[in-house]
Amino acid sequence: MLRASVVVFPGSNCDRDVQVAIEKITGFPVKMVWHGDASVPPSDLIVLPGGFSYGDYLRCGAMAAHSPIMRDVIAKAKAGTPVLGICNGFQVLCESGLLPGVLMRNASLKFICRDVTLRVDNDQTFFTKCYRKDQVVKLPIAHAEGNYFADQETLDRLEGEGRVVFRYCDEAGEATPQSNPNGAQRNIAGICSEDGRVVGLMPHPERLFELPLGGADGRRMFESALVSVLEPMS
Amino acid sequence: MRAPTAPEMGLSDVIAVPHGWRWDLAWDASLHPRQRVHPSPRAGDNGERRRYKRRHLDLQNRTRDQKRPRMDAKTESSSPDKPAAGIEITPEIVAEHGLKQDEYSRLLKILGRTPSFTELGIFSVMWSEHCSYKSSRVWLRTLPTSGKQVIQGPGENAGVVDLGDGDAVVFKMESHNHPSYIEPYQGAATGVGGIMRDVFTMGARPVANLNALRFGAPEHPKTRHLVDGVVAGIGGYGNCVGVPTVGGETNFDKGYNNNILVNAMCAGLARTDKIFYSAAKGVGLPVIYVGSKTGRDGIHGATMASAEFDDKSEEKRPTVQVGDPFTEKLLIEACLELMAKDVIIAIQDMGAAGLTSSSCEMADKGGVGITLNLDHVPQREAAMTAYEMMLSESQERMLMVLKPGSEPEAEAIFRKWGLDFAIVGETTDTGRMIVTHRGQVEADIPVTTLANSAPVYERPWYPTTPPKMILPEWVPAPNAVLTTLKTMMSGPALASRRWIWEQYDHMVMGDTVQRPGGDAAVVRVHGTQKGLALACDVTPRYVAADPVMGTKQAVVETWRNLTAVGADPLAITDNMNFANPERPEVMGQFVGSVKGMAEACRVLDYPVVSGNVSLYNETNGVGIPPTPAIGGVGLVPDVAHIADIKLKRESDLLILIGREAGHLGQSLYQELATGKFEGAPPPVDLADEIKAGRLVRALIREGKVSAVHDVSDGGLLVAIAEMALAGGMGVELFAYEGRLPAHAIWFGEDQGRYVVSVDPMLAEQVLERARLLALPARIVARTGGEVIGLKGEQPLPLAELKAANEAWLPGYMAGAD
Repeated sequence: MLRASVVVFPGSNCDRDVQVAIEKITGFPVKMVWHGDASVPPSDLIVLPGGFSYGDYLRCGAMAAHSPIMRDVIAKAKAGTPVLGICNGFQVLCESGLLPGVLMRNASLKFICRDVTLRVDNDQTFFTKCYRKDQVVKLPIAHAEGNYFADQETLDRLEGEGRVVFRYCDEAGEATPQSNPNGAQRNIAGICSEDGRVVGLMPHPERLFELPLGGADGRRMFESALVSVLEPMS
Repeated sequence: MRAPTAPEMGLSDVIAVPHGWRWDLAWDASLHPRQRVHPSPRAGDNGERRRYKRRHLDLQNRTRDQKRPRMDAKTESSSPDKPAAGIEITPEIVAEHGLKQDEYSRLLKILGRTPSFTELGIFSVMWSEHCSYKSSRVWLRTLPTSGKQVIQGPGENAGVVDLGDGDAVVFKMESHNHPSYIEPYQGAATGVGGIMRDVFTMGARPVANLNALRFGAPEHPKTRHLVDGVVAGIGGYGNCVGVPTVGGETNFDKGYNNNILVNAMCAGLARTDKIFYSAAKGVGLPVIYVGSKTGRDGIHGATMASAEFDDKSEEKRPTVQVGDPFTEKLLIEACLELMAKDVIIAIQDMGAAGLTSSSCEMADKGGVGITLNLDHVPQREAAMTAYEMMLSESQERMLMVLKPGSEPEAEAIFRKWGLDFAIVGETTDTGRMIVTHRGQVEADIPVTTLANSAPVYERPWYPTTPPKMILPEWVPAPNAVLTTLKTMMSGPALASRRWIWEQYDHMVMGDTVQRPGGDAAVVRVHGTQKGLALACDVTPRYVAADPVMGTKQAVVETWRNLTAVGADPLAITDNMNFANPERPEVMGQFVGSVKGMAEACRVLDYPVVSGNVSLYNETNGVGIPPTPAIGGVGLVPDVAHIADIKLKRESDLLILIGREAGHLGQSLYQELATGKFEGAPPPVDLADEIKAGRLVRALIREGKVSAVHDVSDGGLLVAIAEMALAGGMGVELFAYEGRLPAHAIWFGEDQGRYVVSVDPMLAEQVLERARLLALPARIVARTGGEVIGLKGEQPLPLAELKAANEAWLPGYMAGAD
């Protein structure tokens, strides 16, 4: 049994997509949780989906970070509940302090929607167990503010602690400037918390989890979550 | 678009005059004598145009500074002849509202008195070309709009077509040309917002956006700025709402230097038993306003969109609306949540002419009267007048008529989504639209008359004489075919549009099976294996040369694009973009275009279910090329059996299906070789189209082809090169040894053709099946390698072609030229 909750902010628009992905991949129903609610029901994992929470009219994710539901998400995350933030969800995680750094406007100043190749740098997190370290995967990005930024000290610490989960790379797995779509520091596409239970990434695993849509590399992220939840029980 | 005929409406002032020239008597009588004798192309009154550009500011000042117009209800009903108090309706004010003298006389006759200022405003927007289709409706009636697949044709917010199993697709295309030129970001953004509202108003969740964009010549000083703004606006709105923008087309031509075209199309999915309409049937029902608050933006947007531009068009910026995609997203969710309950009787979005048009249409279709109390309208700004509220085109607003007693339930949903919800009126049995504000009656107009009494013009027209056919030999041959290919594919006409569509989220909603860059986009019907195929097309240079044939071509090109992915084409929406219809040659283009569309749609059983007409795309007397953009929708029975344009398998044979005549008239090659487009456009043979389409669909569904592409702009070689680029696989072309000049074979734009990639073992079978249908087919190339090769020529490396093809647009936008 997997109990997943997806938080719906006004303006979320990948909430259904991630719900469908989790249900199709794991076979377990997903609970949709309204932003105005005071608490998330007991969950094995919480997803903050992509979209434009509150229109992103302030800095992306800044409003959502202060919504009623986030108080409980933050508390639960600190108590060990795994949280996955995708795209706008990653921005919310950074704005709420669960992950360090900030997502700035893309270097091109344009919204970019395209498949990118990513290198898995950490295959030990709650959400990446089913990948192999250094595996190159294809996932789509779709954002205007995905340019990850943190000060050098934070970046060094993240790298030193193995908390960079995904990096933009070329097909050979090299994190080159040409393969960096948005200007992110050190090609960072996704990072995790110290215990590897809170993961945020700009690419959308829920958009490429079946071949008819052009790829299935996103599938393992949700399979990882399922494995992570079931493992302690076995 | 569905409109009663003039006789049905009791109008006798539209008459036909023999000799192919048609005159509206009333119109004629109002003309200046000089114009009556000599119907100049500039029949629109210049003086009026000059005054017009100041109109908006003048009106705003007037409404703020002067005493508000008021009309006491009792006085009005007891003495209908009494002119309204407040602003005096002078001939100048009438002209500033875009009403011609005869139209104003008609208004006086309908009301039996002088209108109040608010009433004048209401009539002016309802009678604007944009809302009334007064120049086009006599011709639009001739289009085929029915078929067994059609659930709802033109006349509602959008067309509805059956997809089987209780699923339906709701779709429409609409222009936002005038506003986008003045303010590209907001103009394009609100165009996208407006068309999505037309779709979800009918109970459908929007699932795909497309757009057809025409910009001026790349070297024109405004083009770069307009491209940047329009693309950002489309993306900014659609991406935020979370509806994928899956396809479209973009062209550059000097004919659009001063009038760009932004046509937005949206398709949504609904259940056939849950379609919502706009007829407010029933008396005493609450009229509800939901969505954003009403502001002063977009006042007279519809009238602005019904006039030409001049040198000071940018002064019209205040008439452009401002979009809020976040509110649109909330509105979609709230409306769909309410629609799942059984409480909505009628619903209509507030688009052009805002509250005026939506309330009037709902009441008229329901055969009832309506009262509106503007005191209850949620307002963004203080001290708005009735005039401003009735004419505002603030975005993201809807009007609904609910079952009595359901208001609390409905209100709870809209409050949950943080949207305004206000009861602003009710339906009545008076047959009148009565607008009150601060205790005063501001307008009292018979609904049916307001909705249906717009003038109908049979504008004079003469047909475009199609130019003569150009023989292939008349166009010089190139020195090298492959070098020419590279030149063509690295220019504005054929360069990759990736820079544009990568700024659109084309994958959100998780059902985009075929992304932009191919013949048609394919979006899975959520939760099923079925797919919607969508494409939009038109080749304006063909239409300009021969409106009948050119429009036929536009219709069949969408049909072919849908076919090339394996879909059954179902129906179209059209967006008729033309110049000033008061010029007989422009009206002739429009008439020819409708005739060509009608014929193609009838023969292909591919009816028109919705559409939009945008006239007066003209500046200082120079009009755009006639541009009837066609949006086609088809059904893929199983998304596991579709085709795309990517070459995938080494040693496949490429077979060209369809007739070859080497037609170079109006071709891109002709322009490259001679510097101009000349002669007749390529002819379309609808019977051959049907045969070729059936064959290609069958081959796709049987899994016999690994890639398919229709042949269009640039001809056969461009089609093959696009397939090679998309798949990252080279080809060896087989030299042509027939009777026609080889360059006409490689670059001719003959219609009705497809290139299919087949296993060599199956090639003979495919050729045989074409033969049985009496369709020409021949092997033109073999796949493999990393170059495009042709005997006797230097091979063209794919990487080099790709770089050239992808470099132009980003380079241009970065200001590199």
